[in-house]
Amino acid sequence: MDRQSRFKSFLNGLSALAMVASLYLVFLYAPREATMGDVQRIFYFHVPSAWVGFFAFFVTLIAGIAYLHRPERRWDILGFCSAEIGVTFTTMAVVTGSIWAKPTWNAWWPWQQEPRLVLITILLLIYLAYFMLRAFVEGNEQRARFAAVYGIVAFFSVPLTFLSVRWWQGLHPVVFERQGANLTSPMLLTFAFCLLSFTMLYVTLLAQRTRVARLEDELTALSQQLQTKR
Amino acid sequence: MSFLRKVWAIVWKDLLIELRTKEMLSSGFVFALLLIVIFHFSFDLRVDDVVAVAPAVLWVTLVFAGTLELNRSLAAEIEEDRMDGLLLAPMERSAIYLGKVAGNLLFMTAAEAVILPIFSAVFDLNLLQPMLLLTVILGTTGFAAVGTLLSTMAANTRAREVMLPVLLFPVLLPVILSAVRLTAGTLEGVPDASLAPWLRLLIGFDIMFLVISYLTFDYIVQG
Repeated sequence: MDRQSRFKSFLNGLSALAMVASLYLVFLYAPREATMGDVQRIFYFHVPSAWVGFFAFFVTLIAGIAYLHRPERRWDILGFCSAEIGVTFTTMAVVTGSIWAKPTWNAWWPWQQEPRLVLITILLLIYLAYFMLRAFVEGNEQRARFAAVYGIVAFFSVPLTFLSVRWWQGLHPVVFERQGANLTSPMLLTFAFCLLSFTMLYVTLLAQRTRVARLEDELTALSQQLQTKR
Repeated sequence: MSFLRKVWAIVWKDLLIELRTKEMLSSGFVFALLLIVIFHFSFDLRVDDVVAVAPAVLWVTLVFAGTLELNRSLAAEIEEDRMDGLLLAPMERSAIYLGKVAGNLLFMTAAEAVILPIFSAVFDLNLLQPMLLLTVILGTTGFAAVGTLLSTMAANTRAREVMLPVLLFPVLLPVILSAVRLTAGTLEGVPDASLAPWLRLLIGFDIMFLVISYLTFDYIVQG
């Protein structure tokens, strides 16, 4: 094994350990929340998922800028791999959020009351469009350029979307209060640890996914060589 | 040739083509008219308060018609290989972008100049108020700024006509939301001061996306 793949195996093991430790903290260590009960425990996975989603899309933005600055294949790979993981984690945040919202707010998808739900829906739509665009553009180089530009345009519209959605709902009465940040210290510790382990999971997944993408590239190159030889 | 004259050359070219073919204006206008009639009949049967639905209907109409026009504008350039000619012209790519934006803006505004009075008549509302006209112009500017960039991109993909709305609408959400808010506020007679944040958001979007599109357009048309 070379140094890089050793490092990747190390990462795999580390995030596996961190996830198990997170599960222990979430279910056995953190105290039961007084008003919401056990369902509150989903919060420890929900918020980190959303965070990783946002962070992944931010990495896509940076990779896009880097690609336009210097068109190298690795930036394109980094961009779409990160976007894929971002879509996965945002979907996870949506699902866990719904599971939490049903017993707490008595609705699976109370988007009229919660601007963040609209935001996350728009985010998913934007990055679905990103993958549609990639599927419909011909030529690796053009695909990479288009995806980079769309990643930049899309990311900058997100804060404005959030602002407008928030103001839109500001004119309606606030039905649900957000839960405050008044977590007890074991809760805070659990939360911080989950945030860390989810970020680590993201890095691990990204490392593996970019490796697969590079191998796919090699495979395509090899099969092309084979075809020309035949 | 100065930069502005180059931009004007592009606008003039589009204007001439449009005057001869009348492709964009007629398709956008007829489509908008159809939408207004369909919306009018479908809402008339069940909605008592027209003011409640009119802003959304207006903006859905304008955005759909505008998307059609954008598709025409760029698809024609690609289909007839006029894009290569444009790129060979001795001018900066950003001049091409600004020229296309100005042209699209011009055609959309021209279509809106006819759509708005018809909309006012059909829905029996006075849309010809200064605040509302400002909203329409600002909204159309934001739409044209992002739309020109993304339609150039969409025109280079395999599924041209489908790709543009898929790419454009989620990015455009802030424009649509604030334009609908401003339209509703004006129709309900809300004082202008309380609408100011929405106006600022719209202006902010316009400036931000003109700059981003201006900077990235080069990468879309190269190669």
